[in-house]
Amino acid sequence: MFRSKIAVIGLVVAAAALAVGPARQARSGQDVTLLNVSYDPTRELYSAINDLFTEAYKAKTGVNVTVEQSHGGSSKQARAVIDGLQADVVTLGVGSDILAIEKAGLIKPGWQDRFPDNASPYTSTVAFLVRKGNPKHIKDWKDLLRSDVQVIVANPKTSGAARWSFLALWGATAGAKTYDLSTPEGLAASIAAGKAAKDFPAYKNAAALAAVTELYKHVPVLDTGSRGATVTFAQKGIGDVLLNWENELYLAQDEFGGDKFDIVYPSTSILGEPPVAIVDSVVDKKKTRAVAQAYLDFLYSKAAQDVIGQWHYRPRDIETLKKYSAELPPLKLFTVDETFGGWARAQKTFFADGGIFDQIYKPTN
Amino acid sequence: MAEVSAIKGAAQPAKQRTRKKRSLASRLLVAGTILFLTLFVILPVANVFTEALSKGVGAYVETFYVEKPAQNANLSFRERHRIVAKAARAERTWSAIRLSCFVAACVVPLNMIFGLAAAWAIAKFRFRGRVFLLTLIDLPFSISPVIAGMMFVLLFGRTGIFGDWATNLTWPDPTSIAWQGFEGHWWPFAFTRSESGIMFTPLAIILATIFVTFPFVARSVIPLMEAQGSEEEIAALSLGAGGWRTFRTVTLANIKWALLYGAILCTARTFGEFGAVSVVSGHIDSNDTMPLRIEKLWDAYDMQAAFSVATLLSGLAVLTLIVKSVVEWKTGHTRAPEPRELELKSDEHRSAGDQQVLRLLPGTQGREP
Repeated sequence: MFRSKIAVIGLVVAAAALAVGPARQARSGQDVTLLNVSYDPTRELYSAINDLFTEAYKAKTGVNVTVEQSHGGSSKQARAVIDGLQADVVTLGVGSDILAIEKAGLIKPGWQDRFPDNASPYTSTVAFLVRKGNPKHIKDWKDLLRSDVQVIVANPKTSGAARWSFLALWGATAGAKTYDLSTPEGLAASIAAGKAAKDFPAYKNAAALAAVTELYKHVPVLDTGSRGATVTFAQKGIGDVLLNWENELYLAQDEFGGDKFDIVYPSTSILGEPPVAIVDSVVDKKKTRAVAQAYLDFLYSKAAQDVIGQWHYRPRDIETLKKYSAELPPLKLFTVDETFGGWARAQKTFFADGGIFDQIYKPTN
Repeated sequence: MAEVSAIKGAAQPAKQRTRKKRSLASRLLVAGTILFLTLFVILPVANVFTEALSKGVGAYVETFYVEKPAQNANLSFRERHRIVAKAARAERTWSAIRLSCFVAACVVPLNMIFGLAAAWAIAKFRFRGRVFLLTLIDLPFSISPVIAGMMFVLLFGRTGIFGDWATNLTWPDPTSIAWQGFEGHWWPFAFTRSESGIMFTPLAIILATIFVTFPFVARSVIPLMEAQGSEEEIAALSLGAGGWRTFRTVTLANIKWALLYGAILCTARTFGEFGAVSVVSGHIDSNDTMPLRIEKLWDAYDMQAAFSVATLLSGLAVLTLIVKSVVEWKTGHTRAPEPRELELKSDEHRSAGDQQVLRLLPGTQGREP
């Protein structure tokens, strides 16, 4: 009996030793850990940017920064921050998710103006990924509504990409005004128009309502996040077309080989502006505001903008965007601000409980 | 004698007939079972190992260990990042293995204590609400682990019932323990980091895992304790043994194998738990346990690495099976004892109890340490 007891104690001690043994290195007061809570597709992007930032910040200030990452569906992540996840910065997929954190009192109002370009250091758009050779001849939004086409898209209730996709179809069908954002003039005009817009006829567009109603009849699976949707399409081989972030489509091509899929750009699409913000309540408590500010500022630097381009997001810096124009062709894009009057209003009308999505979506099985 | 052989003669053909019939039916059953096991157990497990080794042993090892890259100026940033990312991937995998072991080292002993206490109360005493308590112990089995995780968010999350207290709680991070020497301290270790809050920290993972794995120990100890009754304890007590000594030499000695059995099941579940841990981890890399790590690798399109980590869990499962079989073999009885057996068993125990009584007799007591 004693032998067995010793054996049990031995096992426990061994497990504890294994857990404690290779303990993390002792850290001096000069070390800071930041937590960046982000949405699904950005894990690879931020893993690269964090390396660069750590190096640059160490060279400039001598402080060692470790940036921890957390990724998931954009709204799920916002929910976790509201529930107490100690994020120093949030870099989410949709403005409405940061608005939700603001509403909970953790971020001060006006965060959109604290960083340049609507607080989004890069943009993206929604495009299509189809099987190689485009066997179903999917060219534009209207082709997604054909009865022989199965569409893979995530759940707009939990995924930012899915909400952008929903608005992209709605706006494109409603004939929203588009801009070429690869020119400084186009960019300036789009921002000015977004600020000036007063009424938003797109909301009342019957054709757009009919289009989204039809689309979700062809969606066999609603994943919770954009990465889940990509895996469903690329790995499990379900569906004819994947509706997702442009960068997510390129990543799928990188991972599975360009010979399996083609990327198709619709005639018009939406300007996706994933915003960033400092979580005021957390940085004030952890005393990390300076580092958090430097981290988000760094996203606008030439070095980070270049990495953004390499990972297939559209850099805000127009020179860098031109450098990657072979992969990221100039597109006709419309903005949420001008077409829908901003995310707060779009969220409430389309995706809140009892909103338009709840009214039109009925699970297919 | 003649009678006996006549009976035997009559019984023989009948026996043979049934054996023949049984052999056909049993063959079908065995074939069906093997087919089922192959489809649902052997193939998936074999698939884990083939996928893990699909890119060769080198790639398998790289999941856990990568040589730090030499500073090569010819590499583009993206290429260099790929190598650095591989090293980071191995480091994170190790951190997940460490955290899983640490969680198990905390959860299993605690649940052995809690489970034993609950089993003792339920099996040895009759009190109001006993059946309710028994149902309560089973609750974690019937609740979805994801819901269990959310319960903790509702309790200790920022907006939860104990939210204010829980988010401001500061505690030393036990994984940051480091050697600081004896100069000026009597205790040579120090914690170099402290964590704050409960939710989305390793503490939350431990709490959620305790909840999910709670019934295993209690559930494997209660039936045995109930079958044994409390006569032996009463005998020991009446002969003057103290409470602690009675517990140690009678109660614990009788159930040690059942306790170990429960601990093994508890350990296996601790390492495998996903749902509850996923909710309370906040998806932070440093909060990854092995199953969470596997999911992240899978989501990063890194199937081979995901399966490589999965081989560890499969290996652990095999180890659990072996230890479990040894324990079953040691205890001798794994199936529920039939009533007749139980009677015999309690007779045996009575005699074992007699021995205890002899040992505890006043005359011999002085020799006990």
